[in-house]
Amino acid sequence: MPEVGSVVLPGDVITDLKGSESSGKTVLGPGLRIDSQNVQDERNEIVVCKPGILRHRDPNVYWVDSHQKRYIPTKGDSIIGIVTIKSGDNFRVDIGSNELASLSYLAFEGATKRNRPDVKIGDLVYARIVVANKDMEPEIVCIDSMGRSSGLGVIREGGFLLHCSLNLVRKILSKECPLLKLLGSTLPYETAIGMNGRIWIKGRSTVETITIINAIEKSEFSSNEQIKAMVRQTMDHLSGF
Amino acid sequence: MGRIKLLVFVGIINSMYLKEFDILEVNPERSSQQMRTITCECGILSRCDGSCCLCQGDTTIMASVNGPVEVKSSKECIDQAYIEVTYKPKVGLPGCPEKSLENFISSTCKSVISVNLHPRASFSIVLQEVENDGSLMSCCVNAACMALLNAAVPLNYMMAAVTIIVSEDGELVLDPTEKQQAAAVAYMMFVYSSKDFSLIASSSSGQYSDEQFQRCLLIGAESSKQVFKFYRDTMEKQLISKV
Repeated sequence: MPEVGSVVLPGDVITDLKGSESSGKTVLGPGLRIDSQNVQDERNEIVVCKPGILRHRDPNVYWVDSHQKRYIPTKGDSIIGIVTIKSGDNFRVDIGSNELASLSYLAFEGATKRNRPDVKIGDLVYARIVVANKDMEPEIVCIDSMGRSSGLGVIREGGFLLHCSLNLVRKILSKECPLLKLLGSTLPYETAIGMNGRIWIKGRSTVETITIINAIEKSEFSSNEQIKAMVRQTMDHLSGF
Repeated sequence: MGRIKLLVFVGIINSMYLKEFDILEVNPERSSQQMRTITCECGILSRCDGSCCLCQGDTTIMASVNGPVEVKSSKECIDQAYIEVTYKPKVGLPGCPEKSLENFISSTCKSVISVNLHPRASFSIVLQEVENDGSLMSCCVNAACMALLNAAVPLNYMMAAVTIIVSEDGELVLDPTEKQQAAAVAYMMFVYSSKDFSLIASSSSGQYSDEQFQRCLLIGAESSKQVFKFYRDTMEKQLISKV
C-alpha cells in the first residue's frame, strides 16, 4: 500500500482507504479507478491509472495529482475556447480536448432569436462547461443559471493568450499561491484563466503584458518564496534598476 | 560512448537544456545475463503532451505522445480510442519491418492504455530512431511506455520489454548489441505487464528449443523488474522535483 504523498504509478493497487464515518464510502478522484476485471469477485481493487502523487483529504477523498498538458473536459470548469466554426444555431469552439465543444448562440447574456451575439470566427470566449461526458461532445455556455454573464463571454480588445500545462493553472489559482496578487499590486492587469491550460492576460501596455506572461511561465516549478523573489526582481527590472 | 553521443544530440535540439540523466546502473564489463545501462530524459520536447529520450546501452529512441486527440473519421471507433504508432527510421523511408513494428507496438499499447475511457479519440505515438545498437524493438516499447507516463495518459498497467537471443554456441544473451544480434541463432522479445509480471506480448524468430524458450521467459520476467524499477525511480525524481 503506497502512502499518501508518495509517487504512485499505473497498475499500483491501493488498499486500506479510509471511508466516511457514517456510510463507510470512499470518494475516488482523478487517477484512481475500480479494477473492472475484478468487479465480479466482491473484493473491489482500487487501481492507480495515472502516474502522480497520491493525495488525501479528510475524511474520505483520495486522488492522484499528475502533471498533464492535455485537457479532458470536466463539468463546471471555466475554460477559454477559440471559436472555429459557425454552424447554424451553434458555434463550434476549440477547447483543447479531442473534440470541439458546442456553444449555442442563445447561451450569451441578453441573446434572443432576434438579437444574435456578435461572435466571429477566431474570437476567444471565456465559458463554463455544462455537459462533459466521454460519449458526447462537450457543451459550453457563457451565462450562469440566472441568465447573467457573470464574467463569462467573448474576450475582446487585445491581450495575449498563453498556453501552459494544466498543473500551472491549478497552481496559480490555488489559495496558497501569491503570484497573481503580487503582480497586481504593482502592475494593474486583466486576466481570464481557463482550466484547459489557457491564460489570457492584458496589461496596460505590451511591455507590461509580456512581463506578466514571463512571470507566470517562470513560476511553474518554483516555491512561494521563490515566486516572491522572482516578482520583486522582475518589477525592479521593469522600473529600470 | 552512448552517453556522449546522446548529450551531443540533445545539445542540437536545445543547447540550454542539458541536464543530468537518470541512470539505471553502470556496468562496462557486463555479463550475458545483465541488461545494458538504461538512461532516460523525460519531457524533452515542448509541443507534444509527453515525450522522452530513452537509451539502452547505445540504442537510443526518442518518443513523443499526443492524446487524446481528434481522430480521422475512417479510424474512429465508437467504444474505444484508436492508437496510432509511427516509427521513423534514422535514414530512408519506413518499409515493411518498420510497419510491422508499428503494428506490434500499437496492439500492445491497446491493452496497456485504458482505451475505453476515451471513445472516438486517438492517441498518437511517434518513435524516432536515433541510434540502433541491437534490441531496437524492446527499446521502442520501453520508450513508448515512458512517454505515455510522461503524458499522464490513463494506463491499466505499465509495460516493459526485454530482448533475449540464443547465440551460436547455445548461450542466452540478454539485451544484445547489434553485433551479437546479427550472429544469433534465435531472437526473442517479450513484453511484461507491471501488475503481476505476466506476459502481454512476444515476438520471436529463428530456431530454439522449448526448454530455451521457457528459460528466456523466466530471465525476461526477472529483468523486466529492473526496467519497472527504473520507471519508478525516474518518475519519482521527476514528480518530486516538480512539487
